Amino acid sequence: MEVSTSPLSDKDRIFTNLYGFQPWNLDAARKRGDWDNTKKLLEAGPDAIIDTIKNSGLRGRGGAGFPTGMKWSFMPKEPKPGRPNFLVINADESEPGSCKDREIIRHDPHKLIEGALVAGFAMRARAAYIYIRGEFIYEAKVLFAAVEEAYAAGLLGKNAAGSGYDFDVFVHRGAGAYICGEETAMLESLEGKKGQPRLKPPFPAGAGLYGCPTTVNNVESISVSPTILRRGADWFKSFGRENNHGTKLFQISGHVNTPCVVEESMGISFKELIEKHAGGIRGGWDNLLAVIPGGSSVPMVPAAQIMDAPMDFDGLKGVGSGLGTAAVIVMDKSTDIVRAISRLSYFYKHESCGQCTPCREGTGWMWRVMERLRTGDADISEIDMLQQVTKQVEGHTICALGDAAAWPIQGLIRHFRPEMERRINEAKGAPMQEAAE
Amino acid sequence: MAARHLEPDTPELRARWGAFAWNEANAVMAKTIVARYPEGRQRSAVMPLLDLAQRQVGAETDTQGWLPIPVMEYVATYLDMPIIRVVEVATFYTMYNIAPIGRFHVQVCGTTPCMLRGSDDLIAVCKGKKMPTGGVSEDGLWTFTEVECMGNCASAPMVQINDDNFEDLSYDSMSALLEALAEGKPVKVGPQIDRQTSCPEGGPTALKAMATENHDYRGEWK
Repeated sequence: MEVSTSPLSDKDRIFTNLYGFQPWNLDAARKRGDWDNTKKLLEAGPDAIIDTIKNSGLRGRGGAGFPTGMKWSFMPKEPKPGRPNFLVINADESEPGSCKDREIIRHDPHKLIEGALVAGFAMRARAAYIYIRGEFIYEAKVLFAAVEEAYAAGLLGKNAAGSGYDFDVFVHRGAGAYICGEETAMLESLEGKKGQPRLKPPFPAGAGLYGCPTTVNNVESISVSPTILRRGADWFKSFGRENNHGTKLFQISGHVNTPCVVEESMGISFKELIEKHAGGIRGGWDNLLAVIPGGSSVPMVPAAQIMDAPMDFDGLKGVGSGLGTAAVIVMDKSTDIVRAISRLSYFYKHESCGQCTPCREGTGWMWRVMERLRTGDADISEIDMLQQVTKQVEGHTICALGDAAAWPIQGLIRHFRPEMERRINEAKGAPMQEAAE
Repeated sequence: MAARHLEPDTPELRARWGAFAWNEANAVMAKTIVARYPEGRQRSAVMPLLDLAQRQVGAETDTQGWLPIPVMEYVATYLDMPIIRVVEVATFYTMYNIAPIGRFHVQVCGTTPCMLRGSDDLIAVCKGKKMPTGGVSEDGLWTFTEVECMGNCASAPMVQINDDNFEDLSYDSMSALLEALAEGKPVKVGPQIDRQTSCPEGGPTALKAMATENHDYRGEWK
């Protein structure tokens, strides 16, 4: 099979209205190919749909990269009466750097809604809840209106899209809590509670929303599935490298000349991605300091190592980081790198749900030490102490927020320890010299 | 989070809000919202109903709205759930205002992607205008909050004011924006530079055909 990581051509882009040059409504979406004989897609049957998604190599686009088709296959094939299956779609996009689901929802909402029907049908779900972050106020308006259009056109509800299958889609707005992007916190929130993650097991596929079997998928994973079914697993698989297939929305922010969101082939090299779409690094390639390639939770990669790295799960793992949500945060040499990471530490402190002690106390402690390291008001030995504390938070909490708070700091210490020491020495320098005289 | 505290439950507060009830339109809306969830699971509606209540308080006070304790009690009764469970939700999620707020809630994103693009300048504009954090300015217009990532990173730095996002801001465009709002002049939402949403400035590097027509790419599929 031909496998390509070279730039994607327009005909192979899934999100053709990504920038919203054209209307989002049903009529315009249909002219772009959405909802085109969805009934026929469903006639293949749930198992065949899951097989196609499995064969396409699609891995979850929300950060963890779990194979989507396999996730769907964990759902009970014959739901018990009174215990329906549910699909929950994670549109609580809040990871610093990430801004792709917003573009899908406000400019191509029907890709998401059609995907909800297809995925819901494949996992024998009775309904889908789309959990959209509260701050996406305009986006939620569009989504509510698009769902209404789909009902009015008979695409949702009883006998959805003429398939004989009954399926509902509901939109639920969050209210400003990053932690609700964690799947079990999202379920708690949907049930009308504080968004505090649940212990696993039981996993959501066994007991999720209202205690019923539930699958939680990212917006992008769901939105690409109808196109995969239309064009075939082999088409999607022809992009990217082994185990890292398909197309992906990249979100480029920070010190590039033209920040943007763009759909590209998985595995495109960092340099090519930036040159082609983001107008290069501000001040030229020699001015690049470091990159956080997958949203704030993944460790940073210094300039020399990121340059030729393939932008996919394994390629970024190879340079000690991860693809995450493919939110590429670029930092040039003007960046106060300790402050950049310290601001992320503040973010995690702010967003900790307070349930597990290592995270609740640790995130605040780490941020306060980071702030002292930023100004150099610290002792060299505190760098090691900080490293040690990150290791005590990491892996000792119910959800991955503790890990996510630890990794950016570990990345900083790994790559910029000399800079941290320089600040400490510089801050100490002046008074010590005076004392010597 | 730590700076958040519930407005005290005083006789004055009771006198002002004790008789809170949905207005006509919101009474219909509240029913529609509860119907989104399975029977017996009406508690799921607490988040959208708190938002609805906050907006109604906002409309009645010509501000962005907040949630006095009696209003939370009304929502608790409406959903047949204990008041403490409602207060838990209202205090956990930062979009619920639990103290009075200004007519404009200026929420500048200060997280790293915005910081790298100059959010310090936007915060400086707000400080220069003496906007209080977690309070209301003397003229009743402004409340300032530095918020965490708003998911507009490719068009940073940004501010959300009430229900609208303003992106690709600078010190000057932020100053002009706030002045226009204060004077009740129309403002442009979205990017404040010449740019289509999250498309690269200067024009698309992909999907150029879409810029001029609703292009159907299916004819080019193999």
